[in-house]
Amino acid sequence: MTIEVKQLVRDLSIPSPGDITRPALAGERETMVLNMGPHHPSTHGVLRLVVELDGETVVNVAPDIGYLHTGIEKSMESKTYQKALVMTDRTDYLAPLSNNLSYVLAVEQLLGCTVPERATTVRVLLVELQRISSHLVWLGTHALDLAAMSVFLYGFREREQILDIFELVSGARMMTSYFRVGGLAYDVPPEFPAAVQALLAIMPERIDEYEALLTHNPIWLERTRGIGAIDTASAIALGVTGPALRATGFAWDLRRDMPYCGYETYEFAVPIARNGDIYDRYLVRVAEMRESVKICAQALDRLIALGPGPYVTSDRKIAPPPKSEITHSMESLIHHFKLWTEGFKPPRGDTLAAIESPRGELATYIVSDGSPKPYRVHFRAPSFVNLQALPHMARGHLVADLVALIASMDPVLGEVDR
Amino acid sequence: MGLEQKAGDLGIVTTSLETVVNWSRSNAMWPLLFGLACCAIEMMGSQSANYDLSRFGMEINRASPRQADLMIVAGRVSRKMAPVVRRLYDQMSDPKWVIAMGDCAACGGVFNNYAIVQGVDEVVPVDVYVAGCPPRPEALIDGIVQLHAKVQRMKLDGSIRQPVRV
Repeated sequence: MTIEVKQLVRDLSIPSPGDITRPALAGERETMVLNMGPHHPSTHGVLRLVVELDGETVVNVAPDIGYLHTGIEKSMESKTYQKALVMTDRTDYLAPLSNNLSYVLAVEQLLGCTVPERATTVRVLLVELQRISSHLVWLGTHALDLAAMSVFLYGFREREQILDIFELVSGARMMTSYFRVGGLAYDVPPEFPAAVQALLAIMPERIDEYEALLTHNPIWLERTRGIGAIDTASAIALGVTGPALRATGFAWDLRRDMPYCGYETYEFAVPIARNGDIYDRYLVRVAEMRESVKICAQALDRLIALGPGPYVTSDRKIAPPPKSEITHSMESLIHHFKLWTEGFKPPRGDTLAAIESPRGELATYIVSDGSPKPYRVHFRAPSFVNLQALPHMARGHLVADLVALIASMDPVLGEVDR
Repeated sequence: MGLEQKAGDLGIVTTSLETVVNWSRSNAMWPLLFGLACCAIEMMGSQSANYDLSRFGMEINRASPRQADLMIVAGRVSRKMAPVVRRLYDQMSDPKWVIAMGDCAACGGVFNNYAIVQGVDEVVPVDVYVAGCPPRPEALIDGIVQLHAKVQRMKLDGSIRQPVRV
């Protein structure tokens, strides 16, 4: 097995831009080198691709990343655990709440802290809404890249409704920093259940609308079926996770296989497809949106059944006391002061918390040296790892298919470069 | 609704050349299709149906800098990206304007570190700064309206009239 995998990895080697900057000979014919990006409408951010072409056929592709390198991991080392949370929002900016979740789970593991049921339920609910909103951006831009303009306008209509819910709970549309170590920043407002219910009521038929525009559209089928296919073995060897892996027919979803936040108690299916091409990735993501709607409905029912209760841990060494307590309790005042001037000190050690983000397996690795600031933070970013499958998928296809291929991998360059 | 109705079809409207030029420039401003990070998603949001930037004659984003008048720097500018941003700006034809969208483009935002240029005004001249992390679509639209007002005040020699304060 291991020898086979090693051989496979060698076959799947990823070229660097330097490898193909000079035109080479592909067989008998001369090839051309084309630069694509970092400013290109279809590279979904600031990805640069050096493409070697034989006519219009892609011979080789070398991704050049780092145009959005932000030093997020390094900056987190100079912030306390609470303040470093703000940085996590800005890695994968299409799914800030998923990043928050991965980070707070890691810190909570370090501290050995328990989270109230209410907070966990709200977390699951919001992360699934985030998955829908992230997939809507993917769907809109993917269709836009293949010249189907209206899907973008349809998708952003529902995305705005989801962003309104985020704004309702946190005050911010995108960079919410709503999940805190030990629970949530604040309790959800009374209008929250009604707003979610209104969204969940319309969402299934809205997904039908997107499907009516694309699923049987001959142009869409022509551009996506059989393009950029990858088999399960290669996908695993390249570390591909998320919808791109499930589209190859391998049902691997951390929510089901390594559950966190009590996902094992929710009923949902893990959608898979067979061929691992662009069309199958589309089918898997659309099916995932439907499953997320189901999870949201279950989480909302639980939240209503739970009734009012604590939304953050009662451990005052981790979460600040409520403002009302500070005015009459000296001890609370000291806790509050210590927490915001010094922070909390997790024990020495390291930890890894992995979740299924909209793009795949997102893991946060934290090393603690016992001080209030993390010694090292690293993200196992699904966009970054998935991107290395791009050369393998693109070879032999037309340069126009490369555009569809990038969109179907749904990379977020903020997460790739961090 | 004035003289021309009373005096019949004169076919003549008197105005100043400056007003006509500024009117046309501010009513068909084509932004460069250019996004960097999180703010680009909010920029897409402001172009979609709910906020509808086409109300301001700005729904056509040009992917080529040669055809664009306005560069919206939406997101953080890394040290690796800064030369590319400058190059794109140089390739745009005059007259051209720049909006720094979001705190990162305005001043580096939360990223005061080795990787991020502390404000895109180190690289290109900025006309309007839009605050927020990321700014709401309404904030971007307000920035665009401010820019249009600035263009309306331009003189033909390129200098800008001070706004009239009441």
